[in-house]
Amino acid sequence: MSSAFASSRTSGSEIVKELAFFAVIALLMSVMILGVETVDRPTGLELAVRWDLVLIAIGSTVIGRLALIIRREGISRLVQALMITLAAVCVFEMFVRFRDMDDRWASPVVLDMAVGSFTSIVVTVCFLAIVFAIAYFSMKEKSAVVVDESTKISSKIQVAYRSNTKKIGLIGIIFFFIFPLIFGENRSAIDLATLVMIYIMLGWGLNIVVGLAGLLDLGYVAFYAVGAYSYALLSQNFDLSFWLCLPLAGIFAASFGIILGFPVLRLRGDYLAIVTLGFGEIIRVILINWYDLTGGPDGISSIERPSFFGLAEFSRRVPEGSIGFGDLMGIEYSSMHRLIFLYYLILILALVTNFVTMRLRKLPIGRAWEALREDEIACRSLGINPTNTKLSAFAIGAMFGGFAGAFFATRQGFISPESFTFLESAVILAIVVMGGMGSQIGVVLAAVVMIGFPEMFRELAEYRMLIFGAGMVAIMLWRPRGLLSFRDPTILLNMSKKEKVAGEAK
Amino acid sequence: MTDNNVQLEVEHLTMRFGGLVAIDDLSFTARKGEITAIIGPNGAGKTTVFNCLTGFYVPTEGRLTLYANDGPRLLERSEGFRIPRNNGVARTFQNIRLFTGMTVLENLIVAQHNALMDASAFSLAGLFNLGRYAKAEKEALETAKFWLNKVGLYDQADWNAGNLPYGSQRRLEIARAMCVNPSLLCLDEPAAGLNPRESSELNVLLQSIRDDQGIGLLLIEHDMSVVMKISDHVIVLDYGKKIADGDPDAVKNDPAVIRAYLGEDEDDELPPEVAADLHLDPKAQ
Amino acid sequence: MDWAYFLQQLINGLTLGAIYGLIAIGYTMVYGIIGMINFAHGEIYMIGAFHSLITFLICQAAGISGILPLTLLLMLFVSMVLTSIYGWGVERVAYRPLRGSFRLAALISAIGMSIFLQNFVQISQGARVKPMQPLIEGGITMMKSANFDVQLSYMQIIIIVLTFVLMVVFSTLIAKTSLGRAQRACEQDRTMAGLLGVNVDRTISTTFVMGAALASVAGMMVTLYYGVIDFYIGFLAGVKAFTAAVLGGIGSLPGAMLGGLLIGLIEAFWSGYLTIEYKDVATFGILVLVLIFRPWGLLGKPEVEKV
Repeated sequence: MSSAFASSRTSGSEIVKELAFFAVIALLMSVMILGVETVDRPTGLELAVRWDLVLIAIGSTVIGRLALIIRREGISRLVQALMITLAAVCVFEMFVRFRDMDDRWASPVVLDMAVGSFTSIVVTVCFLAIVFAIAYFSMKEKSAVVVDESTKISSKIQVAYRSNTKKIGLIGIIFFFIFPLIFGENRSAIDLATLVMIYIMLGWGLNIVVGLAGLLDLGYVAFYAVGAYSYALLSQNFDLSFWLCLPLAGIFAASFGIILGFPVLRLRGDYLAIVTLGFGEIIRVILINWYDLTGGPDGISSIERPSFFGLAEFSRRVPEGSIGFGDLMGIEYSSMHRLIFLYYLILILALVTNFVTMRLRKLPIGRAWEALREDEIACRSLGINPTNTKLSAFAIGAMFGGFAGAFFATRQGFISPESFTFLESAVILAIVVMGGMGSQIGVVLAAVVMIGFPEMFRELAEYRMLIFGAGMVAIMLWRPRGLLSFRDPTILLNMSKKEKVAGEAK
Repeated sequence: MTDNNVQLEVEHLTMRFGGLVAIDDLSFTARKGEITAIIGPNGAGKTTVFNCLTGFYVPTEGRLTLYANDGPRLLERSEGFRIPRNNGVARTFQNIRLFTGMTVLENLIVAQHNALMDASAFSLAGLFNLGRYAKAEKEALETAKFWLNKVGLYDQADWNAGNLPYGSQRRLEIARAMCVNPSLLCLDEPAAGLNPRESSELNVLLQSIRDDQGIGLLLIEHDMSVVMKISDHVIVLDYGKKIADGDPDAVKNDPAVIRAYLGEDEDDELPPEVAADLHLDPKAQ
Repeated sequence: MDWAYFLQQLINGLTLGAIYGLIAIGYTMVYGIIGMINFAHGEIYMIGAFHSLITFLICQAAGISGILPLTLLLMLFVSMVLTSIYGWGVERVAYRPLRGSFRLAALISAIGMSIFLQNFVQISQGARVKPMQPLIEGGITMMKSANFDVQLSYMQIIIIVLTFVLMVVFSTLIAKTSLGRAQRACEQDRTMAGLLGVNVDRTISTTFVMGAALASVAGMMVTLYYGVIDFYIGFLAGVKAFTAAVLGGIGSLPGAMLGGLLIGLIEAFWSGYLTIEYKDVATFGILVLVLIFRPWGLLGKPEVEKV
């Protein structure tokens, strides 16, 4: 579409019309939801007017649209990037203003920041520069004559990445292994890394179902919940240890996957998605309402922490008959020991997930999963049993979800239905799709981006999910097939992997 | 039928979709080591016959008996995917259905799924890389290589199947079906969209499959240059009914067939160039 | 059996079902035309509820809330117009650029859009439940029994009548106008419709706008009926309405309405006679059963698998 416009430039009045149209749209969209706030008063709801927000919303829409027009008309990257920076400033302005409601018609926050102390000037300038740089480098020059340097570079990076996935994976593994040695004393860093690792594991688990077998599962969190609750209940009611419960949790989750999957797996894509979503919600409703077993909305607390493989305990006061981890190792007690141990535990669980998946891909069952994703009818004509093949993917994915759930329960020490909402499923699915379906390293990248970054910007807590949602849309628009979207063949005959990659990049 | 060379026996096959009768009381036989062609105008129900044979549809009435090495099997009682797995009926599709995102070689290995699954004990042996799976995988690779050579795609083995030119995709689909190790191969318009050179290559391939593998081939085709040259036996369908059955020459001159393709006595009324087209290329309907 | 109690559940169920049905029409139309679950549709309904609430508060501030019919009409009109624009915007931002691209990408972008809208309203309007005083009170006592009076409130009458009127209007629109023809053409074959001169972009946009307008009416009715809304109401209502659309046969307008009514009734009777806690389980359970045994729904047509 836009290329058709690029050849013949739009006239000025048309551009004005277009901008006016989007200004009106922005006005109508924001006039009530942004422009009027409902305030709770003892007498009932009252209104507070915030016209400044409406103005800013219109402003950022118009500027953003102008940036798109400039892009369409083939004007330089520099101007485009400037416009986008301006639009970003407007949006930023809007969100900052949500906070201090009394300060109507104050001077722009960004300006305030810039005329403050020296550091705030630096921060503001840096912020603007980063936005500008991102905008500038993500733009492609719209011109037929100039060779697209940015595309060339990115395809080079892709080739380099694809021919070296093993090395990159190895470097990643080493990094994650020495991570606690670097940040060993930093509690929040270890916590964050553990959290990211949980999502990496969940992403890898779901990748089997969605990425390899092509089954759209919107209720993956159900298996996570089954794993978590089976560990919590087994350990509380039967006093079983974590090491015994871990495999049991996986088995429970997998059987659950089979029971749920059996009736629904013949459904097509979207229907399967909505049914799995339904199952996820059913499980949650049951967890909330089956008070006698699950503790209802209060959840289950003081879940037993794992021991050091049954050899030693991590707590400060060691119960009779067992020894502390510090004593076992001959080092002084530290509360960090347990956290670091948990980190390594999830790291190893995640790596097991990864290696099993990588291995399964090269086995008949894994190839059948991928074939099923490509064409189910052809699979049937080759004598592949679609139901069993799908079920195996569903069950194995569920099993890893169950492992992760058991880990989650033992790490938190407390679980409640609130941890297992649809949003969690959506986040895990988003990690898989954004990573690039079926790409193991893509999942790591997406988990770091989606979980790591938002957690780091805790100050923006209220906007986190907002930015998260907008980010999901943006990444999909930018790369519909995910960040790293290519498939490594499971077997090669003539070519080396490098040759194949290079051949395809041409 | 007392002939013990019969591969497939179709008796009184009827398929109805609601009120529409797609196949009406069709009976025919196909023999081992022969190419049986099913021809007929568009909408005559040819692909529906295939779908019944390969388990995509359950026939409304009729019996489909396949004479495998170990005795007769009733295909209409079998669930879809079991037909290729247990009875050895493999097929190709009118609009090619390859696993386009996977490589050519992978397509051929996936086709040997069931053999490999057994060897790997449902992938468990494979997971721990036991010797027995390694051996089976090697055999599968050899089979794949054999068919790659046979259809001339050895050099493109590592290409994504979707990147192959059209004619090669057709040949790959045939190779993939052969990797199932079938006793009956059903080909749905294998020559559609091929140029004359590719189509004569196809003739050679199909004849060599018939002669070297000794299996029965069932062929739906519009390209008469293929049908008349290679088939041993031709069945003509029109509106779901069999209107002719016999060797190619007999069928060619059968008045019922000519009527079905050209309409009754309408030759004179058609403009000469249209009539000429119809004679040359019956698939242009 | 207590007939009075039964009748009351029936009335409540029909009211609830009418609301679900209105939302379900949006799902069914969008699914029909682009073959996608519009995941953000529940949020559109929630935004419609907020629009009508805010319109009411403005009317109150302007001192015209005493004139009830005017206030209601204003609420209906403003909410429909403003919410439609959200429907338009969602299609424009999250769906159009991904049309014809990878299917899952559009789904993820729709989920992202849904999360975005939910949090957008949460931030701009606050996370707390918004109460609203009842506007239309009273009703007809239909039946008196020993322990129970059956009430049919005026609000319920309005909901059922308005739903019925909208259904008739929209069905006629789709059956009779050129817009409806264009929509049905796009459902069948988008490329061909485009080649024959149907403005496909505009037709799809209109579909989203129509769906959003109906969802906003549902939002307004929920605001008036229950008197409380919050930013989170969209998710569950959305899933249930989608269930209704599937139950009725996706792509079929009367099916969506029928499915909505059935879901409403099931929910009302389940909570009335069994447990109120598990009413959502009942809905989802039905969804699963329908999809397993009759995936094309009650009024839909079964799809023949093309080989």
